Parts: sequence; C-alpha cells; structure tokens
Amino acid sequence: MSAAIRDPRVRAGVAAIAVIVALIGGAFIGLAVEGAADFARALSAFDAYYVRVAIFTLWQAALSTLLSVAPAILVARALSRHPAFTGRGLVLRLFALPLALPAIVAALGILALLGRAGYFAGLLSWLLGGDWPGIYGLSGILVAHVFFNLPLATRLFLEALGTVPTDQWRLASQLGMGVAPSFRLIEWPVLRSALPAVAGLVFMLCVTSFTIVLTLGGGPAATTLEVAIYQALRFDFDPARAVALTFGQIVLTVASIWLLSRLGADPVRDANLGVAPPRRFVTVQATERAINIAVIVVAALFVVGPIASIIVSGLASDLAGLASQASVQRASLTSLGFGASSALIAVLLSLALVAMRRALETMRRSRRRSLLEYAADTGAGFVLVVPPIVIGAGWFILGRHVGDVFLLAPFMVVSVNAIMAMPFVVRAIRPAHDAAAERHDRLAASLGIAGWNRFRLIDWPSIRRPLLTGFAFAMALSLGDLGVIALFGSDAVKTLPFLLLERMGSYRTSDAAGLALLIAALCLGLMAVADWSGKERA
Amino acid sequence: MTDSTQNTGVAVRLADISFRYADMTMRFDTVFAPASITAVIGPSGSGKSTLLNLIAGFEAPQGGRVLIDDIDVTDLPPSARPVSMIFQENNLFAHLDVAANVGLGISPALRLTAADKDRIATSLSRTGLAGKERRLPRELSGGERQRVALARALVRNRPVLLLDEPFASLGPALRQEMLDLLVSVQAERKMSTLLVTHQPEDARRAAGSIVFLEAGRIVAAGDRESFFAPDGPEAFRRYAGSELQD
Repeated sequence: MSAAIRDPRVRAGVAAIAVIVALIGGAFIGLAVEGAADFARALSAFDAYYVRVAIFTLWQAALSTLLSVAPAILVARALSRHPAFTGRGLVLRLFALPLALPAIVAALGILALLGRAGYFAGLLSWLLGGDWPGIYGLSGILVAHVFFNLPLATRLFLEALGTVPTDQWRLASQLGMGVAPSFRLIEWPVLRSALPAVAGLVFMLCVTSFTIVLTLGGGPAATTLEVAIYQALRFDFDPARAVALTFGQIVLTVASIWLLSRLGADPVRDANLGVAPPRRFVTVQATERAINIAVIVVAALFVVGPIASIIVSGLASDLAGLASQASVQRASLTSLGFGASSALIAVLLSLALVAMRRALETMRRSRRRSLLEYAADTGAGFVLVVPPIVIGAGWFILGRHVGDVFLLAPFMVVSVNAIMAMPFVVRAIRPAHDAAAERHDRLAASLGIAGWNRFRLIDWPSIRRPLLTGFAFAMALSLGDLGVIALFGSDAVKTLPFLLLERMGSYRTSDAAGLALLIAALCLGLMAVADWSGKERA
Repeated sequence: MTDSTQNTGVAVRLADISFRYADMTMRFDTVFAPASITAVIGPSGSGKSTLLNLIAGFEAPQGGRVLIDDIDVTDLPPSARPVSMIFQENNLFAHLDVAANVGLGISPALRLTAADKDRIATSLSRTGLAGKERRLPRELSGGERQRVALARALVRNRPVLLLDEPFASLGPALRQEMLDLLVSVQAERKMSTLLVTHQPEDARRAAGSIVFLEAGRIVAAGDRESFFAPDGPEAFRRYAGSELQD
C-alpha cells in the first residue's frame, strides 16, 4: 500500500474519493448537527402527517412498479417473438427516449395531454359526462412513472430474453412448443430471474422520484418524503422536520436496497454462448401475432403521446418571444455553464477512479482487493443510493448557519449533479480504459513511457470517445435536473428547469411549453452525442 | 414407430435447392443414403450448418424442394418434419432436470403419462445416464449433456437425425466414446443420420458415407473407403491434409 500511494494515479483516485466523501459526509453532518441541536423538535416531526407521507411514498412506488413491470413483460415478449418486423428498431429507439428526457419535461408533456386544459380534456370530459378535472395527484404520478419505467423495464426484459440461446428457440420450434409451453419453459424462466432486479430498480427510481411528484402530485394527499423535505425547507422553513423526513427517506432507501439485493440473487444461469448466428426461429400463429401487434402499438402510443404533445405544444408557443426574454437567456447560459462544469467534474472524478482501480488491480496481482480498490469499483455505484435532495438538504441546513444559503447554489448544483452522473460516466469509460491499459501497460513500461506523456500519447487516443460519451451524458443529466436547484434556486440563480417550474407555477402555460421543448432538445441532442460517440469505434 | 421405414430407413432428398445467405448462394441437389450415417465435412462457412437447417426447416430455401421419404416437407414447420436435431451446445434447458429435458421430446408441454416416464427411463439407461434423471444440466459434464440430447432424440423416434458438430467441444477420448454410442444407437434404430463435423477422423470412425462441401456446394460424395483411399477426392485430401497420412 505504501508503494501504491506514491503512484500518481492512486493519489488522484484518493483525491476523487475524498471529494465525494466530503460532499456526502458534509450533508450528513449538517443533518446530524441539526437533529441533535433540536432533538425534541425533530422527534415531534414524526406525527400523523409524517406517517401518511411515508405510506404514500411506498404506495405510489409499489403501484408504479406493478403498472410498469407487468405490462413490460407482455411488451418485451411481443417484441422478442417478432425479431424482424419493419419499425421494430424505431419502437426500440422510442423506448429509449423517456430515459433521455428530463422528468420535468415529461411531466409537462403529460399535463399538456391529460391536464385540465390538455389535448384530451375535451374527449375525456365527453367520455366521463362531466368536467375532466385534469390528471393530478396519484393518477398523474402513476402515468408519469409508467411513462418512464415501462420502456425501461421493457428494454431490460428484452435484454434478458436475448440471452436465451438461439439453439433453444430452434429446439422449441422443432419440438413443436406452442405459446404457453414456450412461455412457461423458455421465456418465463429468464424473465423471472430478471424480474427482481428490474422491479427493484423501478421501485427505487419511484421511491426517490422528486420532480414528478413535485409537479404532478397535488397537495398533502399526494406527497412523498422527498417532496416533503423540499417543502419543509423552502416553504415552512422547518429544518427539524426536514431532518426527520430525511432520516425516513434514508431508512426507506436503504431498506429497499437491502430488499433488492436479497431478491436479486441469481439462481440458475448457464453462461454458454450460442454458436448459431443471432437469428430467431419462432413460428407465431395468426392470433398471437394480432395480440402482439396490439400490445406493441398500445405501448408505443403511450410513450409517443407525451413526447408528441411536448413537441406540438412547444412549437405552438411563442418561441421567438421566449428567446428574447432576458430571464430565459440568463437561465440558458446558467444551465449550459452548470451543465458543462458538472460534466467536466464528473469526467475527472470518474477518470481518477477508473485509473486508480486499474493501477491497484495491476499492483496487487492475485492478492485480495483492498478496501480502496473496492471503493473505486463497487463503491462508486453506491452514490446513486443517496438521493440528491438529501445531500442538498444537508448542505442547505448547514449553510444556513454560515450566511446566505442561496449563494451556495452554483457550487451545490454543479457538485451534486457531477457525483450523481459519476457512476454512469465510470461505466462509459472503464471498459475502454482497462482494455487499453491491458494492451499497452507492458509495452509502455518497457519503453519507459509514463505520467503525462503516457496519458497524452497512449491513454487519451483510446479513451477520448468514451470520455465524450460520459461528458455528454453527464451534461444532459445535469441540464435537465430539477432536484438540488429546486432547493437552492433563487432570483439570482435560475436554471432552465427551475425557470420552467416557475412558469408552470404561475400558469404561463405557453412559456412553459416552449421552455420544455428547449430543454428536451438540449438534452436529447446531448444524449444523441453520447449515443453516437459510444457506438462508433475506430 | 413400427412402420416399415424403420427398417429400411427414409431417404432425405434435396431437390434443386438454392439458398442465398449474405454474398453466397448455396445449391444442393442430392440424396442422402437412408438408414446410415453420412458425415458432412467442409471448411467453416461452406454451408454445413445451413444444409442441416434447410432439412430441419429452420431455414426456407429460395428455390427447390426438401423431400423426406418422398414426401415434400418444404412448407412444413420444423416440428412437423420427421426430424430430430442435436446442436453443439444449448441442447438442454438449464432449469429443467434431465428427465424433463428428455420428456420434452414426447410432449412439448411436459404432460407425461406413466408410460412416457418409462420410455424416458429406458432411453436414459440406453445412453448411459441411468440414475441421473433428477440432475440439472449444470451438474452434468459436456459429454453427459450430449447424451441427454441423444436420449431425447431416441424418445422422439423420428426417422431422420441431424447432428451439428455435436461433439466438437469434447476431448478426443470422450468424442470417440460418443461417436461409438451414436453408431450403436443408429444401428438399432436405422435413422438416416447426417453428422456435421470438422474432423475427418470422426467420419472415419462413424460414417458409412461422406459428403464434402465447399462454398455452398457438395463437391465430393461417396462411401468412406473411397474418401480415405489414396486416390480419394482431391478437395477432401487438401482439406484433411496430413491427417490422412497416418
């Protein structure tokens, strides 16, 4: 270890971990200090309202999971039974879109479609024989969560179905398995082994969902812990209650992760690869074909709806007028600046962690992994477990003692978004980095190329594409995020999502639609860059 | 099956078949010897697997007909053809035990009667797997997994058996053992058998006749003796190289 610490790669990695620990640890200190200072008050926050909010948090997440995952099984199965129809690629691309779309933009799209004045309001009023009250509260939250998670779950299930060896499909069709036996014997076993992980992931995303609940949830009846933390800090200014709520959110998150890891145990998996080319040999009867087509079309329409309404209502708004507003111009610059800084930090942190992990792995040879290597490897992913709102709340409470808490805004937004994007960036660059290191390590050592020269001449050319992928992805995440900025935003510092939230709050619907389109275009553009640079290999 | 075809075997005929795959157009026009083992040999990409896929019905030819026992099966789905196929790997469902994997050959929905279970037990003991009914595939060796696949082919009792490099991932001794098992089972059932292999040695040990493929055509066909004779087919001799000299 003493030799390891002299390696610059290890030093950089340790520094990166220190930054992350300081950011998260500082938040927890803030929370702990506040809780201890006013323990009685924090304790009294555990009242009936608290229990109601906690139960609603779980209830909406459970319903969202059920409504996303169960149909996703049908959709994934339908897509896997028809591996070659025209438009299949388009459907899969469409299903990747919600993930790239900021939550606030999707929320607006759903309101533009199903809100009180949405495109479907007239039809729904007529159908219900009364005034359509608009989609708010639990139903709004559920629709939005399904919009995000049904496509996600479908893609994950489809991936699982893709692991069924081609030979088994050939075998099934030779043995004459019908729909039911091939579901029971081939499809269900892989789906079932993927199910806990997929359902757990969706549940986690819904338990920690902030923006959707903030914008679509209505009043105290449809509030989750995260939104309650935000309200306690922004509106009631009740830090003790915020601490109590944060405690609940952490307990809930840790419990769901524990459950997830218990459920995620993977029993039977045969790791052999099919030798046959990736072609399917499924014989599908006419009835099943019709049902499958219906399932795919309904799912696709469900995803297309909000996206189309973002585009249509956005284009209908006064885009030129919007662009000439000083507030919009300032928010755009702020967003781009914050996004780029946070992406840069995310990339640097990730690079440091990846390089350190590789360096430690090479040094130890066959000995056990050190704690440090573990921290750079699996540990990095644990950042995702800490909700940004919790970090934000901690620093908000801490900063209040120092001075104007809103002055922290740029620092908080940039750093929290950077570490939230970090695990994804690590995933983008690590394979290429490690493969390049594997190839070049010994040659570089024998030629004596090290340090900056090595990075410039050897590492950089092989990882710049993945770095671009990570950067674009991190910037998109940061640009669309409405978490920390919701806490720290003020007249002095506004990002585009924050501005959008304000315009929605003051019912300037046309402005909101235009802003949503702008944010969506920026994020999708960045995601397209990430996608392109991630795929193209020289 | 007790019909007469069991004793004399059925003929597998590819009549003027053409099949395009990527840049290559394959053409087959041939009859395979009934009730014996024919080795299908050729370099990678010569169309060996495609040949089997066409007979099994996993691929549809652009032109020509597939006839089995003089019956046109070109438009039949794989399950309706009198054919069983054994792949190199993935012949078994990982989460089903040995008996169930064999049972799928009787009922694809796994509805098995007591008589069916007897048949499963019989065929398992024929392939040397007695007592391993409850094992899962991951608890078996590579050779044992292929024995299960062979046992399933036995309970299916189809007159045509196709094997796509079934023993390629096994060591030499085990491969010989499996070939011998295949030969003795085939001798009992008289299945018309096509064995795709890379190894001329496999053909020498197990096959009655041999076809040699190159670039989607059968460029040589004949009985084993003629292939391994000093004046055997030129293309085959080039492919086999030094192996023929011992």
